[in-house]
Amino acid sequence: MLILKLLLRNIFRQRLRTFLTILATTVAILAFGFLRTIIDAWYSGVEASSPARLITRNAISMTTPLPVFYRDKIKKVRGVKNVSYGQWFGGIYISEKNFFPNFAVEPETFLQLYPEYVIEPEERLAFLKDRKGCVVGKKVAEEFGWKTGDTIVLKGTIFPGEWEFTIRAIYRGAGPKVDETQVFFHWDYINEGLKKVYPTRADHVGFFVVGINDPRRAAEISLEIDSLFKNSLAETLTETEKAFQLGFVAMTEAILITIKIVSIVLIIIILLIVANTMAMNVRDRLSEYATMKALGFNWFYITGLVLGESLMISLIGSLSGIVLTFPAAKIFVDAMGTLLPVFHITAETLLFDLLISLCVGLLAGLFPALKAIGVPVQRALQRIG
Amino acid sequence: MRLFLIYNLRNLLTRKLTTVLTTTGMAFVVFVFSSVQMMAEGLKKTLVDTGSFNNVIVLRKGSQAEIQSAIERQKALIIETFPEIGLSPQGVLLSAKELVVLINLYKKDGDKPSNVVIRGIDRASLLLRDRVRLITGRMPLPGSSEIVVGSAIQKRFKGLSAGERLRFGLRDWTVVGILDGGDTGFNSEIWADIDTLMQTFRRPFYSCIVFRLRNPQDFTSVKERIEGDPRLGLMAKREVEFYREQSEVMARFLRILGTSLAIVFSIGAIIGAMITMYAQVANRIQDIGTLRALGFQKRDILIGFLIESIILSLLGGTAGLFFASLLQFLEVSTLNWQTFSELAFRFNLTAEISLKAIAFSLFMGILGGILPALRASRINIIEALRMG
Repeated sequence: MLILKLLLRNIFRQRLRTFLTILATTVAILAFGFLRTIIDAWYSGVEASSPARLITRNAISMTTPLPVFYRDKIKKVRGVKNVSYGQWFGGIYISEKNFFPNFAVEPETFLQLYPEYVIEPEERLAFLKDRKGCVVGKKVAEEFGWKTGDTIVLKGTIFPGEWEFTIRAIYRGAGPKVDETQVFFHWDYINEGLKKVYPTRADHVGFFVVGINDPRRAAEISLEIDSLFKNSLAETLTETEKAFQLGFVAMTEAILITIKIVSIVLIIIILLIVANTMAMNVRDRLSEYATMKALGFNWFYITGLVLGESLMISLIGSLSGIVLTFPAAKIFVDAMGTLLPVFHITAETLLFDLLISLCVGLLAGLFPALKAIGVPVQRALQRIG
Repeated sequence: MRLFLIYNLRNLLTRKLTTVLTTTGMAFVVFVFSSVQMMAEGLKKTLVDTGSFNNVIVLRKGSQAEIQSAIERQKALIIETFPEIGLSPQGVLLSAKELVVLINLYKKDGDKPSNVVIRGIDRASLLLRDRVRLITGRMPLPGSSEIVVGSAIQKRFKGLSAGERLRFGLRDWTVVGILDGGDTGFNSEIWADIDTLMQTFRRPFYSCIVFRLRNPQDFTSVKERIEGDPRLGLMAKREVEFYREQSEVMARFLRILGTSLAIVFSIGAIIGAMITMYAQVANRIQDIGTLRALGFQKRDILIGFLIESIILSLLGGTAGLFFASLLQFLEVSTLNWQTFSELAFRFNLTAEISLKAIAFSLFMGILGGILPALRASRINIIEALRMG
C-alpha cells in the first residue's frame, strides 16, 4: 500500500509536467482510436458481407456490363436460391459534393437478399409498387432532410439525363455496421429510359447478386456459374461477396497502408513523450533513489516505482482518451455526413488503446528505471553535498 | 547574444536523451505532415502533367471521366471537320477518337485484381501526347490484336513484358512495345488499336475525342461551338483542366487527412517541447539568477529560452523533412476514385511543402517554448540565487 501512496505522491510532484504528459497521451489515444475506426470503415463492406451471397460480374472488369438474361441461367444452377441484379448508377444529387452511393436494382429480390436493410412493411410495399420510387438510407435521409413522399432528382453521369425519383421508403441498418447512406431504385425505370436514348446499352446490368442455400458450397457454385458463360461474349467472374468487397479494399491499399503507418508513428510519438517525462523525473530524483538503495530497498522495488509511475501516467491518459472518444466521434460523424458510411467504435479498438498504453507505459519507464537502478550510491549522495 | 546561443546549444548537448527524444518526436510530426502533402501533390502533378494546354478533350455532357462518356461515330465526324484542328508537319490531322475501358489485371505481388485503363488509340494519339515515348518495340498495327503497355503498369502487373500474351474479350493480345509516359497517367495505361477494341467490347461509341488546336486562342470559340450545338450534346475542356479535375477528389481527401493528422500530432509535439523546456527552466534556475545578476535583462532570458526551443524544433523539422524527401524515390499506385482505375505516381516534394514544413516546426517550437520562457524571465533574482 505504501508503494501506491508513494507512486501517487511522485506523480503529483511535478504537477504541470504530469498534466501535460497525460494531455498528450489523451490526444494521441483519441487520434489512434479514430484512425483505427477509419480503417474499420474501409473494411465495413467486407464486414457487412454475407457468406450466403455471391456476386457475379463481368470478367473483364466491374465497369463492363452483363446481359440481363444471364439471370435465368444462373437461377438454374443447383444450390442457387435467389438471384437479383443491379447497376451502379453514379447519379449526382444537386452537386458533386453531395456524394452517396446509388444503385438501380431489381427491387423485390434485392430486398429479399439483403435482410439487413430494415424497412417497414407498408413502406416496402409502396416502394415495390412505384416504378419511380426509391428507398433511401436513414443517414442520407437525415443529411438532406428527406421524408417519404419527397421527390429527388439525380443527374446521371453514366446514364445521361436528369432522373426523377419519389422516396417511398427509408431503411435502417439491422446493426451498427450496416451502411445507411445508400439509395436504391428500380432498374426497370432506368432501363426503360435507356431504351429510348441508347437502345444498345439497354437490358444490361452491372452485377448479379446470387443467394445460395449452403455457404459451404460457395466455391463450387461460383465455378459452375462461370462455366456457363465460358467463351461467350461476356464471360463472368463469380466470387463471394466478401472477396468482392476485399477487392475494393485492395484497390485503395496504398492509402490504407499510409493510415496504418501513421497510426504506428502516433504510438511512437506518445512513447517518446512519456519516455521523455520519465527520463526527466528520474534525473531529478537520482539522489532519492540512491538514498533508498542505501536504506536497503532492492532493485525490484525501485523498478516498480519507476515503471509504476510511467504506467500510471499512460493509463490515466489512455482512459481519458477512451472516454473522450465517444463525444468526439459524434461530432466527427455529424461533420462528415454521408462521406463516412460507417463509423463504429468497436470494443476491439478500445482494448487496443489500453494495450498500447500498457506497452507505452512499460517501454517508456524501462530506460529511466535502468538508470535509477544503476545509480552509484556514493556519487549520487555526494551530489547533495 | 552569441554567448547566449552557445549557452543554449551546450545545454542541449548536455541533456542528450531529452534533446533526442523531443527532436525525434518533432521529426515524426513533420515527417507525417510533409509525406501526406507530398502524396497529394504527387497525385495532382501526375494528372496535371498528363494533359497538355493546347489539347482539347471532348466528352459527353455530364460525364466526369472518360469511361462514363460516349460519343457516336457521326458526332465524332462532325467534330473532326473543325478548321481549328492543327496538322502535324507531315500533314496528319492532329485529332484522335479514343475508347477507354477498364480491364482487370493482377499485380505481381497480389491476388486481387486492379482496374487498368485500356485505351483504344487512333493514328494521331501518340503525336498528341508529347511526353509519351515508345521505349522498346513498336506501336500496334491498325486492325491487329496488339498492345503497347505503359512502363508503370508493365513493372507492377503480371505477364506484360514485350512478347507476352494477354487474354481478354475472347482474344489473345500480344505485347509489342513498352511506352514511357514519364510521370503522367499514360504510364499507367495500355494502348490498343481503336477499331479492334471497339469490336472486342461491342461498343459502337467512342469515349472521347482529343485534338490539338492550330491556334491556342481558339479554345473559347471551339468550346462555344461544340457546347452550343444541340445535335451534339457534348462538352469540351482543355486537357490540362480535365486532368486537374480528375485529381481533385483524391488530392482533397489526402490534403484533409494530412492537415487533420498534422494538427493532432502537433498538439503532441508542442506538449513534448513544453515539458522539455519547463524542465530546462526548472533545472537552471541558478543559471538564470546568475545571468540576471550579471546584468542580462528579462527580455534576454525570454529570447534565450525561446531560441533554445526553436533550435530543438528546427532540428526536428529538418530531420523530418530529410526523411520525407527520401520518399521521392518511391513510386506508389492506388485506385483513383474519380476514374476508377489504377494510377501510379511519385511523392513530390515542392518548395512550398518544404517551406510549410519548416514553418510548421518553427510554429511548434515557438508555441512549445513561449510559456516556459516567460516563466524563466519572471524568476526573482534573489530567490534564484538563494536556492544554491
